Amino acid sequence: MDLSLTEDQQALRGSVAELFAGQATSERVRAAEAVGHDPALWRVLVQSGIPTMGVAEELGGGGATVADLVVVAIEAGRRVAPVALPEALTAAALLAASPAGADLLAGVGEGDVVPTVALRPLRNGTAGPVPGAAVADVVVALDGDELVALSRPEGVAAEPLPDLGGAALAEVATTVWSQRLVLATGDEARGAHDDAVSLWRVLTAAALEGLRQEALRIGVEYVKDRHAFGVPIAWFQTVQHRLAEVATAGDGAELLVHEAAWARDTGDPRAAALARMALLFAAETAQQTAAASLHFHGGYGFTLEYDIQLYYRRAKAWPLALGAPRHELRALAADLFAGEAA
Amino acid sequence: MDFVESDALAEHRQAAHAWAERHFRPEWVEQEHATGTHHNPELHALLGQQGLLGAGWPAQYGGTDVDPAYALAVFQEIGARGLRMDGWVTTEMVTRTILHVATEEAKQEIVPAALRGEVVIVLGYTEPGSGSDVAAARMRAVRDGDEWVVNGSKMFTSTAHMATHVFLLARTNTEVPKHKGLTLFLARLDAPGVEVQPVHTLGGQRTNATFYSDVRVPDSMRIGEVDGGWGVMRVALVHERGTAVAPGGPTLVEQVAEWARTAPGPDGAPLLDDPTVAEQLARLAIDDEVSRLLGLKVRWIAATGGMPGIEGSMAKLYSSEAEQRRVDVLTDLLGEQALLRDGAGPLHGAVEWAYRKAPVSTIYGGTSEVQREIVAERRLGLPRSRPVG
Repeated sequence: MDLSLTEDQQALRGSVAELFAGQATSERVRAAEAVGHDPALWRVLVQSGIPTMGVAEELGGGGATVADLVVVAIEAGRRVAPVALPEALTAAALLAASPAGADLLAGVGEGDVVPTVALRPLRNGTAGPVPGAAVADVVVALDGDELVALSRPEGVAAEPLPDLGGAALAEVATTVWSQRLVLATGDEARGAHDDAVSLWRVLTAAALEGLRQEALRIGVEYVKDRHAFGVPIAWFQTVQHRLAEVATAGDGAELLVHEAAWARDTGDPRAAALARMALLFAAETAQQTAAASLHFHGGYGFTLEYDIQLYYRRAKAWPLALGAPRHELRALAADLFAGEAA
Repeated sequence: MDFVESDALAEHRQAAHAWAERHFRPEWVEQEHATGTHHNPELHALLGQQGLLGAGWPAQYGGTDVDPAYALAVFQEIGARGLRMDGWVTTEMVTRTILHVATEEAKQEIVPAALRGEVVIVLGYTEPGSGSDVAAARMRAVRDGDEWVVNGSKMFTSTAHMATHVFLLARTNTEVPKHKGLTLFLARLDAPGVEVQPVHTLGGQRTNATFYSDVRVPDSMRIGEVDGGWGVMRVALVHERGTAVAPGGPTLVEQVAEWARTAPGPDGAPLLDDPTVAEQLARLAIDDEVSRLLGLKVRWIAATGGMPGIEGSMAKLYSSEAEQRRVDVLTDLLGEQALLRDGAGPLHGAVEWAYRKAPVSTIYGGTSEVQREIVAERRLGLPRSRPVG
């Protein structure tokens, strides 16, 4: 048992924290809200090799473990960085898994291709809303028996959808995304997509965990500063206890995210279930933390001026890209309880 | 990171199992259930005679050459078979404290006898008027030559009706702030003036209220300095922590899920086929995993030489609150089946019992309010919210 980051991971955390603090400032996040994507930030990420860092070194990637990717996603989430990073990392993993994806993967590494992934299989040729699709050059999707990389002909634009969390959402329809590259077929295609969505769960849980940590920090700082009835509101037990409650659940969320990454990296049989748990619990704690912090801002929390609203909206928006949590809970029940004797 | 917790006692598990196969009597569990007393004198005496209680203790005070890891494995095997050893838990805690702070006379008189299983010590901190605010104790101890005269009452002195001694927190100085006027004493429960009255609890455990009227305690049985009781209690609290954890059986949620696979719901189909039931059980499983991880973190910090104070509070807060959510959800999930006790109900009434015993989890060992205060002040750096007394 060792619950600490390795020295390399600590160094990685330090450098990506600095990167996002410089490149995903509150101003930049707000400026990118409508589009859901900050091209300048994306270029810096490409220069740092981040979109392909989880790809094997022999395929031109960084050879990072999922535990390493989690370190990066936490820091991206902390700054609510306006890039669809979990989706891009997941799409890169899918492109890397098929020889047919080699050219696109190289494009991702060079910054010519922004990738994303449709988390739910296409139905009647459409999947929507897909995070990142409004700005992506390629969408990896499961269409029936085929895992495909879809792209748009020159001059055909994706239509961005206005949304809760500034996530560059767009519907993906094969009529618009008409160029189609088959990456895998049959069970292989379904298995690869399933596994990729499981990776996305862990990475999105990590992003939510970073979001949660920052939402808590913002709330704690605010209640120490803000005075009411002649004292800092941090004096009031109702304030303290609600923050203590979310901080405690938050420690659990952090552990669960790292455990889910460890389980994937080690091939633990509980990996799929832990990924679902991590996403569900990280989403719940991030939302509760952001909501508590916003509430303790009083009326200011309800204004757009304060940053806490950026966190409150994304805490709900990021996990919902996968669909309603009740489906995840049912699938988790099947993972956990549908064993031998059924 | 590495989330595999190796079993520190793995090499002793088989021997501990063999010990229990030979000595453990299943009727002890029924007795515990029937009496509500979490202490079995027959078992306790046996553990003392076989040197298991004295494993790892200094030889000059009756320590034995039994491997302490083996002894711990045996205790965990006993626990896994459904028997609590509260009498030993409190005796061990106080005896370790005595070894640290008491007079040589007290050490010689108490420690070897405790390790032989002849002395059983219970805790006397809580009073009718003070629980979480333990330093507000009103029990008085007044010096009279070589003795102290003790008057007052204690609440929740569990196992007192089976024990020989009680570890009393008493006020010896009323002229100083409340934390600075306390002293600890080891009093005999058969001393004149001691009265033990049963108190029955919701979870089926029998505890006691104990009353002390001009009870005389020799000064040699004063444990630690006069007015130094608060510091002594902190020594005792350090010894309250266990570290090694036995590999667990299925959780209550897993047991209910297993049951729900075949148990029919109102429409005749297995309960687990009801998506709402599946969702609720899955959500509870997440709580269980989070509780487990927070406990794992406490053990990891302790194992790497740290003091997991805040993390211990977090683990206790989360798991106890989660326990109460769990029993609420599980009782509703079972519906009318959750009403039935013991053999009349599913899983031998485990859910009904869990519902009755859950409330105490957020009360004892520091209430949830105390834990939140610790997290707020020490983790989040928020100011102290109540007057310092």
